[in-house]
Amino acid sequence: MLSEYAFWFLSFVAVFSAAGMIFSKNPVYSVLSLIITFFAVAGHYFLLGAQFLAAVHIIVYAGAIMVLFLYVIMMLNLNKLEEEKRSLWSKSLSVAAGGILMLVLLAAVQRTDELNAIAACEYDAAMGLTQNLGNVLYREFLLPFELASVLFLGAMVGAVYLSKKELA
Amino acid sequence: MEKLVTLIPLFPLAGFLFITFLGKGLSKNFIGGIGSGAIFLSFLVSVLVFTTQMHGAHPTVVKAFDWITAGSFDIDISFLVDPLSAIYLLFITGVGFLIHLYSIGYMHEDEGFNRFIAYLNLFVFFMLILILGDSYLTMFVGWEGVGVCSFMLIGFWYKDMKNNDAAKKAFIVNRIGDLGLILGMCLLFAYSGTLRFDELFISGRAIAGLPNDVATTIGILLFIGAMGKSAQIPLHTWLPDAMAGPTPVSALIHAATMVTAGIYMVARSSNLFAMTETASELIMWAGILTSLMGATIALTQNDIKKVLAYSTVSQLGLMFVALGMGAYSTAVFHVITHAFFKALLFLGSGSVIHGMGGEQDIRRMGGLKKHMPTTHLTFLIGTIAIAGIFPFAGFFSKDQIIAVAFEENKLMFVLGLVVSACTAFYMFRLYFLTFTGKFRGTHEQEHHLHESPAVMTLPLVILAVLSVVGGFIGLPHAVGESMHMHWHWLDHYLDGTVVMPGLHMDLKTELMLMGVATLIAIGGIYFAWTKYVKRGELALEDKDITSASHKLLLNKYWFDELYDAIIRKPVDGISKAFSSVVEPKIIDGLVEGTGEATGATGGKLRLLQSGSLFFYILLFIVGLIALLLYI
Amino acid sequence: MELYHNITINHYLVLAAVLFGMGALGILFRRNAIIMFMCIELMLNAVNISLVAFSKMWNHTDAQVFVFFIMVVAAAEVAVGLAILMMLYRNMHTTDTSVLNKLKF
Repeated sequence: MLSEYAFWFLSFVAVFSAAGMIFSKNPVYSVLSLIITFFAVAGHYFLLGAQFLAAVHIIVYAGAIMVLFLYVIMMLNLNKLEEEKRSLWSKSLSVAAGGILMLVLLAAVQRTDELNAIAACEYDAAMGLTQNLGNVLYREFLLPFELASVLFLGAMVGAVYLSKKELA
Repeated sequence: MEKLVTLIPLFPLAGFLFITFLGKGLSKNFIGGIGSGAIFLSFLVSVLVFTTQMHGAHPTVVKAFDWITAGSFDIDISFLVDPLSAIYLLFITGVGFLIHLYSIGYMHEDEGFNRFIAYLNLFVFFMLILILGDSYLTMFVGWEGVGVCSFMLIGFWYKDMKNNDAAKKAFIVNRIGDLGLILGMCLLFAYSGTLRFDELFISGRAIAGLPNDVATTIGILLFIGAMGKSAQIPLHTWLPDAMAGPTPVSALIHAATMVTAGIYMVARSSNLFAMTETASELIMWAGILTSLMGATIALTQNDIKKVLAYSTVSQLGLMFVALGMGAYSTAVFHVITHAFFKALLFLGSGSVIHGMGGEQDIRRMGGLKKHMPTTHLTFLIGTIAIAGIFPFAGFFSKDQIIAVAFEENKLMFVLGLVVSACTAFYMFRLYFLTFTGKFRGTHEQEHHLHESPAVMTLPLVILAVLSVVGGFIGLPHAVGESMHMHWHWLDHYLDGTVVMPGLHMDLKTELMLMGVATLIAIGGIYFAWTKYVKRGELALEDKDITSASHKLLLNKYWFDELYDAIIRKPVDGISKAFSSVVEPKIIDGLVEGTGEATGATGGKLRLLQSGSLFFYILLFIVGLIALLLYI
Repeated sequence: MELYHNITINHYLVLAAVLFGMGALGILFRRNAIIMFMCIELMLNAVNISLVAFSKMWNHTDAQVFVFFIMVVAAAEVAVGLAILMMLYRNMHTTDTSVLNKLKF
């Protein structure tokens, strides 16, 4: 029962703050809305029993990525209101495209059979625990794990290099 | 023994190949010797083959090789040896050999000598295939081959455009006739399932069941083919123009061999033509009209070779009259005698032209008998023969035609006599204006006049002898019996191969007819003599010709102009329309248009790469939607 | 009020679909490069939600590992992307993407 309410509450929060992010004129407000969205999503993860993921989600996304965004906005001094110069034509086009995409996806979802009606607590709840996930990660997915670190190395090098100022 | 027949066409073919590929740098006499030798060898073998057929017909088919075998479809090249083909072989190789000899002398100065001899050999090769073929198909191979060779030989002096035009005309008119031949062959094949002569005619089983209208159609179509080859109205226009070729060519092709191919084909198909009244009547009428037309035109022509050309047309017409009346062996008889004296006349005219240094207009000649005695004598013999005076060759053959006409169709008889009269008149006109009287040419020509070398006069002599004695193979029945000579030998010889007219006349009628024919001929000669010798009139210069009928005849009834207006101008118009409208607008438009369309489309499509990020992402998402919808 | 007694996987999928669509909308809607980036993050999150929902459905941790790696990649991508963005700003002195129209014929 509670999980139902939680679900609906978290969903509405996520959707509204996402809308807020998109339509907000001030970039900083967009960032903040997105952070709220992330928290909502993390809550969903909790409901779905993926505790580790929820924690990681908050740490990585809300903690690191959004902070990075804020840094950039701060550096570029973008907190001024920017004029929206998009023509009506492109705006309507984008609404149309995005809307159709949403509808198509929803239709796809509706088409599927009634998936297993799983209440939020009828399963092996220990599945999403850190211990279990760590086991899986380090046993079956060791190679991708290591490759992920290589990926990070590449990203770091790239980011540093790109940010260097050209020495005149 | 009959198997040797495969050698006969092989010798000229070998001669052609040898001269073409190995003949560079060899002396002209050697080349000429090779060419003539090849034909002579063929002649010897032909004699051997002839002996097998002399005492009763033994039609034999000798297979040369398989041509096309595709499943159950089997065509082979085989040769049919029977009396008709054997006798044709004799005179083709014989007269061909003499003409080869003659060309050695006539074409000696020419730079294309090797080419000429090679072409002559090739021509004889194809003609032999035509004669020896055992089916319409093999015959057709030879038919087309002689057409091509005549094209090459007529246009031999290709540097002059007129000669090329004449050659093209010959070939194209031939081709038009060939269409009829092909259609006839197809129809025949469709109804009887075979094209072989032995199955069709000798055993006769294949055509026995043909319905009458089909036989008529086939006959008419085949005759159209013969029309083209043997220059009957309306496909005769090529033969006079073909005089643009060297004289030996005219002698070989247009006197003795190619033009007689049409006669050969009709004679070969005699069983078929005997079945159909309509086609035979058509042949008869076409023949007599052609004959009259040729004879009347020849009255006015002033070029030696043109007179002879129209004379050939006229004589061929007579042969077709005979064919149309069902007297097939008579036509073959006339073919043989005509080959002798027409070849003689052409070669003689060549000798005259050679002596005159290239002049061909008889108005510039005259009095040549002093300067060229052998030529004069042989030419005179040929002229008498063609006029049909007893006992020269032409008399017997022409008389037989007249006799058959008297029996079958009195109108043809009368018209035939008219033709005889004209023939006698114009031939003797030609003779008188060329050989008697005063020389009318220029001074240098007079100095140049000389008798031709032996290699040219020897064939003339031989042909002259043949023209004298050649008629005796076909003595009329009544006369021969009373004189205990071999009578109607030719008819008996050909019996079994061609349909016999079943002609029987008593001695009195025969003699009377012979007398009438001779009288008419002598009358013609007398007229000519009076006009040109006694009164000394000369042929009119072009500017002096006034009478309308003279103009009509001189311009060959304006046939060429008629064809020009009816056929050539519309075709030209259509061609112009096509080349100026269809070609640039439609076809080029299509091709270039495709290119331009592609370019335009590309030009429009490249605007997609607008560089606007928005647009790209939009398309991205639209694509995603499309993908999802598809799935 | 009586809501659904059971929250089925379908609900989560619907949520994911909605968030994804909104992300797509956002990309097209905004011209500021940074906002566009954030919409991309939103879309990635939508996918993550659906993956976790499936993981629950099948009672299998593989999907969660996948989500983990998606997060890894998203982090790396943001780092590099923002670096690029900074460079762009340095040259264009604006983050407006409609001036970036040189990638054309």
